[in-house]
Amino acid sequence: MKRLVGAGVAIAIATVGFAEGVTPDDVAYSEYGEVEMSLSGQDGDPVAGQEIMVARGKGNCIACHQVTALDEYPFHGEVGPSLDGIGEYRSAAELRGIVANAKMTFEGTIMPAFYRTSGFIRPGDAFTGEAAKGELAPLLTAQEIEDVVAYLQTLKD
Amino acid sequence: MKTVLRGGIAGVALCAAFAVQADEEANLVVNEEIEITVRTDAPEHLENLSTIYSGWVFRSSETQALQMDDFENPGMIFVDDAIEAWNTVEGSAGESCASCHGAPEEMAGVRAVYPKWNEDAGEVRTIATQVNGCRTERMGAEEWKYDGGDMLNMEALLASVSRGMTIDVAIDGPAQSTWEKGRDIYYTRFGQLDLSCANCHEDNYGNNIRADHLSQGQINGFPTYRLKNAKLNGVQSRFRGCIRDTRAETYSVGAEEMIALELYVASRGNGLSVEGPAVRN
Repeated sequence: MKRLVGAGVAIAIATVGFAEGVTPDDVAYSEYGEVEMSLSGQDGDPVAGQEIMVARGKGNCIACHQVTALDEYPFHGEVGPSLDGIGEYRSAAELRGIVANAKMTFEGTIMPAFYRTSGFIRPGDAFTGEAAKGELAPLLTAQEIEDVVAYLQTLKD
Repeated sequence: MKTVLRGGIAGVALCAAFAVQADEEANLVVNEEIEITVRTDAPEHLENLSTIYSGWVFRSSETQALQMDDFENPGMIFVDDAIEAWNTVEGSAGESCASCHGAPEEMAGVRAVYPKWNEDAGEVRTIATQVNGCRTERMGAEEWKYDGGDMLNMEALLASVSRGMTIDVAIDGPAQSTWEKGRDIYYTRFGQLDLSCANCHEDNYGNNIRADHLSQGQINGFPTYRLKNAKLNGVQSRFRGCIRDTRAETYSVGAEEMIALELYVASRGNGLSVEGPAVRN
């Protein structure tokens, strides 16, 4: 039922262009893991996205990914692929799906889902080691995901 | 030192920079005497690795050097404290460790085979649970806190007298079901980051995650003196730190799950040498 309501909202956004957003449980992934609609209903801001990419308390994307354009920030990881040029060969819908929940695109990937709040084993209360209290918040908000997606789209060769 | 000259960067970044400069080809000989196996063929039960490496090889040459000489190894200070405790009579039975076991060197080889099935207790015991078993059942003394200072000192002493001996933890017989439970935990993806031990330490050892150089997560060097917190660290506390960092609810030190995980992870190092107290980041 929830899913239907979510879809209804998505249609409303599509037709009216009115910003509503979608909750983590209601994100519509395509068969290949793409997410067509903005999660927040708004456009992303690439400048804010760059901040989230490097901030340890936010996306911290460079913990695992090398990004030449972010060379001024030290210590890029080697766990995931380089993101250089990713805006050339991935669409916004693909990037949004991968950042929101990469497992929908790459089965079994090590990459954490940044817009998912259910289905975890022993979820904790952030980094306290204690059990989660109540509902989890996603690692990034809908708008933060959009900002990251907007930044990734600027990474062109 | 090199990093200072090259970058002239701040102290915080410096520590992290050391972390990424590992000398992975180096060999470890302690006190120019004790040869430590830091790389060898993986034990047969390990299907996904062909070679196992001590965490020592992933550390900077500066950190590596600290472990090559007992006068440089800050962990050895705690070994001295434990020698005193070893000889101290405690509890209602009027016994010390030495009363039954003699000199600490008599315990050479013990660290290499723990965790181990204890027939009388009908359970797998870690060195810590065994020490507490001795204290309460034989000495009539108080238990030591799991991974507390007294216990870690004693574990460091017991490790130090076994240095260079080959880790050979039994995984079959009565220990098998505990071992299998530990293996299940090792491959379970925990927490909101949805990460298993294997995701980092089997699939990505040798890679950097931000400034951290991922090791295989071997535990032959525990208890370990960490430069990060300047004290001895117990292996189960280290497990807790890792599980916490997956944004998961951890298990308590001494819990059944932790003992199972310790047995399993120890067995992944069968063939390496006892190194404790090792020096790490």
